[in-house]
Amino acid sequence: MALKRMLENWSDLRKRDYYEDEPYMWGMSIDLNKCTGCGSCVTACYAENNLPVVGKERCGSGHAMHWMRIERYWEEPEGETDIDIEQSDYPERGAHYTPMMCQQCNHAPCEPVCPVAATYHTPDGLNAQVYNRCVGSRYCGNNCPYKVRYFNFFDFSKDIPAPLEMQLNPDLSVRSKGVMEKCTFCVQRIRSAKDKAEDAGHRDYIEDGAVKTACQQTCPTEAIVFGNLKDDDSKVKTLWAEHEVELNRHEQEKVEDARGYRVLEELNVEPSVMYLDRVRDTEA
Amino acid sequence: MSDYSMKDIEWAKINRDVLASLESPRKEFWIVLSVCIFLVLCGAAAEVYQYNEGLGTALMNKPHFWQLYISNFVFWIGMSHSGTLLSAILLLTHADWRKPIYRFAEAMTLFSILTAAIFPVIHLGRVWDMYWVLPYPNERGIWPNFRSPLLWDAAAITTYATSSILFLYVGMIPDLAICRDNAKGWRKKLYTALSIGWMGRASEWMAFRKTYVLLACFLVPLAVSVHSIVASDFAMSIMPDWHITSFPPYFVAGALYSGCAAIITLFVLLRYVFKFEDYMTTEIMDKTAKLTFAIAMVWNYLNLSEYASIWYSNDMFEKEVLLEKFFGPYHWVVWGMLLCALVAPFAMAFEKVRHNMWAMFWLSLVLQLGMWLERFQIVSPPLASNHEPWTWAVVWPGLIQLTITVASFGWFTMLFLIFCKVFPSVSMYEVKEMVFHRRKASSRTDMEDLDKVKDDMIKAEEGLS
Repeated sequence: MALKRMLENWSDLRKRDYYEDEPYMWGMSIDLNKCTGCGSCVTACYAENNLPVVGKERCGSGHAMHWMRIERYWEEPEGETDIDIEQSDYPERGAHYTPMMCQQCNHAPCEPVCPVAATYHTPDGLNAQVYNRCVGSRYCGNNCPYKVRYFNFFDFSKDIPAPLEMQLNPDLSVRSKGVMEKCTFCVQRIRSAKDKAEDAGHRDYIEDGAVKTACQQTCPTEAIVFGNLKDDDSKVKTLWAEHEVELNRHEQEKVEDARGYRVLEELNVEPSVMYLDRVRDTEA
Repeated sequence: MSDYSMKDIEWAKINRDVLASLESPRKEFWIVLSVCIFLVLCGAAAEVYQYNEGLGTALMNKPHFWQLYISNFVFWIGMSHSGTLLSAILLLTHADWRKPIYRFAEAMTLFSILTAAIFPVIHLGRVWDMYWVLPYPNERGIWPNFRSPLLWDAAAITTYATSSILFLYVGMIPDLAICRDNAKGWRKKLYTALSIGWMGRASEWMAFRKTYVLLACFLVPLAVSVHSIVASDFAMSIMPDWHITSFPPYFVAGALYSGCAAIITLFVLLRYVFKFEDYMTTEIMDKTAKLTFAIAMVWNYLNLSEYASIWYSNDMFEKEVLLEKFFGPYHWVVWGMLLCALVAPFAMAFEKVRHNMWAMFWLSLVLQLGMWLERFQIVSPPLASNHEPWTWAVVWPGLIQLTITVASFGWFTMLFLIFCKVFPSVSMYEVKEMVFHRRKASSRTDMEDLDKVKDDMIKAEEGLS
């Protein structure tokens, strides 16, 4: 009985690092120095995760379903404040590109507000979304500081022209009207890698690089690194350590030469994605 | 002497006057009722279209996941609060000027809950799975998420709706008995069933009084908690300008404020339509207006202190939203709210305004407009300028949302009109009580002592049994 379990284990459930002993904690690192804003990660995500292509009109009305998006920000060049950035076609210093997707927060604000518990935290650090359980109250979407949750405002699956339904990925569902969806860190790939590891006889260990997310796989500059943060030898853990970014820390200490930061980490949502700041040569 | 100028009305006349409101209505009644039914049908058509096509047709999008439906929900839930306030709190504080107006105020409470309850349901992406939100016992052991304010909402509102129905019904039993004694046909059957054999014995009156006061005691904290929970929908989130500690009292004050304004509107209308001039006197309007003014000042204080606390906290996100509210694309909503809800109530400081029924009628509509705008500016502007600048977008509600909003007013009025035709909208027995006390106060020597009357009745009854 769920309630009985909840009452008995209340203090356990309230522990900060409840899944401490789990072998996996999925994390990511995105190097903005390497990102060129080409958008291939976005395309890969569309293909991998059965995302509906909504068309120009619905994109314009804010109904696009890109789990991953490339945000562009322009910075005012130092000393040249007279340049009107918004008006200029080719701004002086180019744009900042930020690939933005679900940050798989460890203190996810979307989780406690769902009335039916359709979104919850998995032991391996993922912020899971159960489509079958979702009733579409959209509170999670409001409470997400990154606004990376996407709601099926229309029945997009109806709009897939034949024979394009043949190219849908069979490893995951096509979502129906009225449910919320978001980046899953390609959970279907994690799942199949776990299965393979289990077949090979090691339940608690997946080789680094055995799971590649679709965006990571496609990135031409290898800006995206994905892996297990609990595996000390993994590439992503090394990067996190190098830039002295840690989980369970409210604000990271600023270290010289370390470019790591997590977006909006001052909100204490504990995102699992580390970004590496872009360094610019302002003299050039 | 009492400051009421209520005339000494014969008890039989009270019955006659009130029961007259149940008889076949004027032509205007049917016109208004059919307009309301038409609006409800338009709303139903809009909902069917939205249900089939998806919520995107209502022009909600990312980041505007919530819009008019939620602000309407807060508006109607707010309106439901003053009925309870007027009835329960004034009952407990022995303010007897509530007596002629509390019945329709309670009915207003009930029907605004019924209107409010529509909105969170049609707002859902998968309406057909709505029952998952209710904490019903199920054999699969799949529990809803008890941490979610939306779940608290579902529990609080169902509790509030049930208790409000009980409170309204229990307070109506003696009057239903009067109706029963005077009715014919289907009305006779209805009132006989509903008055559950009320004979007017002293023991019945005593049990009735106890139940009524107990229910009132239960309802007052419940009403406060319900709107605090509605406020939690916003206050428990981490959105800038939603995550505000003072939201629960601010919402409760706002609820009482808009509800009192609605009571004034219906007060004037009922007084005019049913010729209740003898019962709903200028003095009662004066008291209601003073109460509304006091609540308006509490609301003003909380509203301004909210701005002040945001400003002095110097939080980057909150300050941005606040500035966007005042000078951004939604500025006319915010300034309109301040004009209607913050400046306009000061008109009630003048006795001339308080004593002029039609001035109060229009003023109450202005106040309600202000409070409706207030709910809209709570929901939309923070979504338009949230934590993530890339997603900033200004979206105005679409035709579907507006149709359903207008339809909700039609739905409320429809229910209210039907209620006024089927049930007595002025409490007969309480008005009689009031008249009795007036008489007693004016000529103490002529009247027998109330306690003595009661004792005699109890004795007579014991003798019978």
